[in-house]
Order: sequence, then structure tokens, then C-alpha cells
Amino acid sequence: MKMVGSEAESTGSARPARCAPGAEDTISPGLITSSDRKKKSTASQLPQRRQLQHWHHVSSQAAHQQQPFDSSLEKPQFPGASAEFVDHLEFIQPNVISGIPVYRVMDRQGNIINASEDPQLSKETVLNFYQKMTLLNTMDRILYESQRQGRISFYMTNYGEEGTHIGSAAALESNDLVFGQYREAGVLMYRGFPLDLFMAQCYANADDLGKGRQMPVHYGSKDLNFVTISSPLATQIPQAVGAAYALKRENMNRAVICYFGEGAASEGDAHAGFNFSATLECPLIFFCRNNGYAISTPTNEQYRGDGIAARGPGYGMLSIRVDGNDVFAVYNATKEARRRAVAENQPFLIEAMTYRIGHHSTSDDSSAYRSVDEVNYWDKQDHPISRLRHYMTARDWWSEDDERSWRKQSRKTVMEAFERAERRLKPNPELLFTDVYEEMTPSLDKQRESMFRHIQQYKEHYPVDLYEK
Amino acid sequence: MAAAARVFIRGAHATLSVPGAGKQSSARSALLKLSPGCSSRLKTQQRHAAHFTFQPEPVTTQYGPTQKMNLFQSITSALDNTLASDPTAVIFGEDVAFGGVFRCTVGLRDKYGKDRVFNTPLCEQGIVGFGIGAAVAGATAIAEIQFADYIFPAFDQIVNEAAKYRYRSGNLFDCGNLTIRAPWGCVGHGSLYHSQSPEAFFAHCPGIKIVIPRGPLEAKGLLLSCIADNNPCLFFEPKILYRAAVEQVPVDSYTIPLSQAEVLQEGSDVTLVAWGTQIHVLKEVANMAQEKLGVSCEVIDLRTILPWDTETICKEECFLNLEAPIARVCGYDTPFPHIFEPFYIPDKWKCFEAIKRMINY
Repeated sequence: MKMVGSEAESTGSARPARCAPGAEDTISPGLITSSDRKKKSTASQLPQRRQLQHWHHVSSQAAHQQQPFDSSLEKPQFPGASAEFVDHLEFIQPNVISGIPVYRVMDRQGNIINASEDPQLSKETVLNFYQKMTLLNTMDRILYESQRQGRISFYMTNYGEEGTHIGSAAALESNDLVFGQYREAGVLMYRGFPLDLFMAQCYANADDLGKGRQMPVHYGSKDLNFVTISSPLATQIPQAVGAAYALKRENMNRAVICYFGEGAASEGDAHAGFNFSATLECPLIFFCRNNGYAISTPTNEQYRGDGIAARGPGYGMLSIRVDGNDVFAVYNATKEARRRAVAENQPFLIEAMTYRIGHHSTSDDSSAYRSVDEVNYWDKQDHPISRLRHYMTARDWWSEDDERSWRKQSRKTVMEAFERAERRLKPNPELLFTDVYEEMTPSLDKQRESMFRHIQQYKEHYPVDLYEK
Repeated sequence: MAAAARVFIRGAHATLSVPGAGKQSSARSALLKLSPGCSSRLKTQQRHAAHFTFQPEPVTTQYGPTQKMNLFQSITSALDNTLASDPTAVIFGEDVAFGGVFRCTVGLRDKYGKDRVFNTPLCEQGIVGFGIGAAVAGATAIAEIQFADYIFPAFDQIVNEAAKYRYRSGNLFDCGNLTIRAPWGCVGHGSLYHSQSPEAFFAHCPGIKIVIPRGPLEAKGLLLSCIADNNPCLFFEPKILYRAAVEQVPVDSYTIPLSQAEVLQEGSDVTLVAWGTQIHVLKEVANMAQEKLGVSCEVIDLRTILPWDTETICKEECFLNLEAPIARVCGYDTPFPHIFEPFYIPDKWKCFEAIKRMINY
């Protein structure tokens, strides 16, 4: 039984509580009775108004201010919605054919379409974008191969989505907190996570910051403000909202970005996160990588509405759809969303349309559910890396020689890191038992001792030499 | 029937007060008059009295001045102390803003502000997920789940995320600042969805702690320990004790250690172990056993279910020295029933009978 508005500040003068007579008698022994509630003060202090935007979004003012009910007005008085009456029956038609348009800065050949949208980044910045995207691509090729050869147990590539990583990462501050899903390695790479640590995690060797506990690609870095990846999908979404709320209270102008795929957006946690972020007014960016597939499930089996961006307005959230293969479009949208999220304490939803060129993971063979022609189209004709290269070459910022020598150099550095990682021992098995709780517990300690005694006795059956002692 | 009669009587008053109800209301009050049984509350229709007598802790001065508090007030006191001393602390969940359906958060929003004590949308997986994220970002996050029966949508966030956050990240990240509170246990009429004790579902999940107090004094100290503890904690509050349990509780902060069971009384023949409301049942059972059977019972309050105090409960290899099999006295393997609650719960007679059978084994 809530009061309308449930905030003392936003209710007008005292009005009868919305409870049925006799409700005092209901189950919950602790329930405040209607007489208690009337005694509560109802100071009328208007909440701060948000800036009105030229983009349409459900006005939040109505949610905050509750005018006294007035039945003489021919306008709905319901606390739950502030629309007008309509006297003819008509269902709202969801618009999926020509839905939310896709914002882009460059055409597929890398030409700027509208000069005023060109972020006009420096040559150094753009070259860095390009080098990070290609370095990621090179690392992906080598680590994918290494799994095929049995050197690491598992891998997930980022082919085709490099633009979404680099464009968004570049638009953030270094101390903004990142919550990812699993296909955002480029964000970490852009922030400076060294190849050695990527490899260490994939090889689960003694240098792994995660202490060898998780499958490959479950990266994390406290220094780079990248929260460690977990396998369950979409669980990071409400967590990102809570983190944003805490950062808002700290008042240090930090934002949170939360990445997820269009498949994960079907999870209940996504709905929970979107709703909480809007009602609790959190400074964060929801970044959906809509890459066309959730393993084998195409988007027409994932949702029937107009993608993920169209859900934003349903939550009262500002939303945009961008061309994820256009690194400048991703950059512009993320930058503006970040600025406003922090300035206005509200969430933004960015749906970056892209295509997953690679298989879902090394456990997947996507030829089972899509044609090679389809994949080739994206690889050859709409790729974030080639699009940016055309932009660079058009300005004489990058030559064939630059390309050749960069490819050679990046492959060399990746291979060297790879070889180092492969030679490294695995972490000491005692790390199996630590960090369950902050402190070691007596029972875990006993289990640890028991394990070591056992291994000592049966050591020929355990790969002890691969691990640090 | 008496309960139903009570509702009928109130309902009739409501009908009479609505303008235009007219003829209907008189028909209804006529109906009432025709059922003389409704006015009699002395027969078997009387709602069953509680199955236990709350036994308060003795007054203690070791933590400073005390005040008479019931269980929900002791919770409010703990939360008040926390919000006062920890500027990052926030309390959130369904209906906590106005004070909570069990009054545990009364007054806190007015005192500490709407950014610190706030309602969330109705979504337990969101509440816990949000709490985890806030904790990861450094806030002391205190999440309320309205009834422990509704904790299941948050099971994934608790078991797969909160519990494993520190381990899976190699201690780079953790949500130790998270505490989840929920009303717990039988209440006399709660039925399937307002009576559950779900600690067993979580009891084998490494990485979380589970704590259940037996009264206000214990509750405040244990809750403050959970909040201070750098691991995600589930704190279940026996709802049947919210008003019924009254003790002298210190006004200031104090902590009671986690993972330490308490021997409430020593005995030499039989060990009785329980937590929460059941402690008060077993205390009475121990007296019955002494008086009627001459059996000396040791009564232990487990307090922390996970990680539990194996040392106190179960001395090394104690199973070799038992003279009878362990008896578990609990509800039946059915959902928690409504009208059958008096038959369902492990009351003092069932516990007493179990002791009797045990000593005659």
C-alpha cells in the first residue's frame, strides 16, 4: 500500500491514503496504518527538473509531481500515466519496418557524410584507433588458432565488432567503470591492458590477475576499471546500475558503461537494470552490441519488436541506434551520452548495430546456421577496420607500407607475448582455496591441507610440474 | 472462522459508509445477523496461539546504555547506527522508504535522506544485482527482500555472482559490502509464501554468509557484524518475533561474531541445535526434558548457518561417540501449509517426543 508518489517531497496537500477500509487488519503486522501515514509530514518541495530535450522521451516530471486529483477536469487523473483521453479504439502499431534509424558518420567506404558530424579527431588518435582494432584482430587470430591446436581450452573472437569496442572506449574517461559481457576485449585493449595479461588469462598461468580461476576471455582489471567478466549473461546489467548509483553519490563525475549483446537483452536482468537505472536516475550508458546472432539464434527469433533501442523509451530512457561498424558514430554517440549521463544523472541506451563475423566461440561452427556468403559480405564490404582505413588513406595518414609494417610488427608482438605466456607455469594450487571469503576459513584450511597431503601421496597422477610450487 | 468473521464485520462497516450502497449494505448486515456463530470466538475457531514463548536475553551493560526494543526496532537501530557512521551506506528494496512492511526502516529516510533510503521497483533480481554493483563500487549496500519466500528470482545473482565475485576475479573485485536482509520463517498464518526458511538452498554456496538471530539483542549485533563483514551476507529475520520479541538492546553499535555458535545452556545427555525462532521452542523442550524425563539437554544456537561453527557443534569425530542416531525435527516434505500449520511445525511436543525416543534408543 503505497502513497501516491511515495515521496513526501512530491505529494501535494494531504489526501486520503489509497487503502481499502479494513486494510489495517491485513496480514503484515508491521504495516503502518492509514492513521499513522496521515501524521507524516508532506512538505511540498518540487524535485529538480531535468533539461527538456529535442529528442522525445517520456516526461519524468509527471512521475515526480503529483497534482491533487480533480474530477472536474476532463483529463485522466490516474497516478500511473499522464496522457490524454481518446474516444476511439485503436491499438498502437509497433513500427518494426521503419523503426529507429541508424546514426552514422561515414558511409561504408569511409567517406564522411555530414561534415558537422565528423569528430575531427587528430591523426594520432585515429591511428591509435586503427592500431588497436587491428592489434585486437591479430591477437584474436593467434589465440583462436592456439585453441584449435590445443594450447588453450577456449576462445572467443571479436571479428567485426572492433569498432564498437574502440569507438566507445575512446569516448569514456579512464576512470569510468566498465561492466562487460565477454566480447569487449577491445575496450580493455584500448585502455592499455598489455598483451601479456590477455595471454596470461587465456593460458591461466601464474601471471593471470584472476589467479587462473576462470575460462579464457574472462578478463578483469582493477587498475583499468574493467570489472571481471562472468559467464552468466546479463547479470552485469543491474550491477552496473548499482555501481552507477554509488558513483553518483560519490560525486566524482564518473560514469558507468555496461555492454551486452542483443541476446542477453532478453534476460530478466536486462529489464531489471533498465527499469532501475531510470527510476533511480543513474549516470550510465547501456551499450548493446546487436551483432545479429546469439550463438545460432538470429535476431528474428530473439525479439519481435524494433530491436533493443526501441525498448528504451518504454523505460523512460533516452535511446539511440548507431552503425556499430562506424567507429566515429560509436564515438560520437558514446561521448554525448557520457557527458549527459553524468551531467543529468540519467541513463542512456545505445544500440550499436554490427555483425558477428566470427563463430560464437571455439565451441561453435557457424556454418551450421548461416551461409559463408553472408559472412563474407560483412567481412569484405562492411567492416569497421577497412572503413577506418579508407578514411585514413583518403587523408594520406596511412600507406600500404605503413599497413605492411604494422601488420608485421603487431603479429610479432602478439607472437612474442604468446610464447612467453605458453612457457609460464600455472599458479600454485593453493590458490584453489583462497579468496572464497576475504579470510581463510577453518574448514577450507583443512580441505587445503587434505588436498596437499593427497597430492603428495599420489603425485604421479597429478600434473604438479606444470604449476608453481 | 473468527478471523473471517472479523473481516466480515469490518467489511459491513465499509459498505455502510459508501454513499449509494444503500440496499446492498442492509442485506449484508442482515446476513451477518443470521450467523450467530460468527460472534463466538471462544470455540475451536480461535486462531492458534503461538507455538513458543519468547525467552528474552538477560540485560547486559557491556555495550553501553540500553533501551527496550522489539526485533524490528533493533533492526532499525542497527541500520540507524550504520547510516550515521558510514556515509556510503544505502538501504533499498520494496517499500523501505515509508518504513517497510515490517517497520524495520521507519524514520530512516527522513533522518538520512532519500538518496540513502529508497524504494526500488518490484524486482528481486534487480534489487540484489543493484546491491552487488553498489557494493563493488564501494558503497555499503543493504538490500531488503520483502519476504525470504521471494528471494528466488535473485538466486542467480546471489549464487553465481555475489558469492563468486572475489574468487573469480582473483580478488580484484568483491561485493563484501553487500548485506541482504529478509523476513524469515513461520508466522502462524503465512502459508506457502510468507513462511519459508530458504537458508538450506544457500547453505552449500561457498562465498556467502548466512546469519539468523534468535532475538533483538542478537539481531542487532549480528546484523552489524554482517554489515561490517567483507563478504556478502544473507541476514534472515524471524518475522514472528518482530513484535513478540522484546529485550533491552544497546543503543550504540556493537557486534556479535559470525561463525560462532552459542551454547545457551550446558547439558550432558542430549544436544539440541537450532536457530531463530526454534531456539525458544528448544529452550522450553530442554526444561520439559529435565522435569519429565530427568534428561540434561545442551542447547546450542547455531546463529551463523554458513560458514558454520563445526567446532562447537561437532567435536572432531563426535559421530563415533553418539549413543543414538541424530534426530531431525522439522516440517514435513510438503510446501508450507496454511490451515495445517499447527500440525506441520516442529513444536515442543514433537521435539520432546524425539528426545524421549532418543534416550530410549
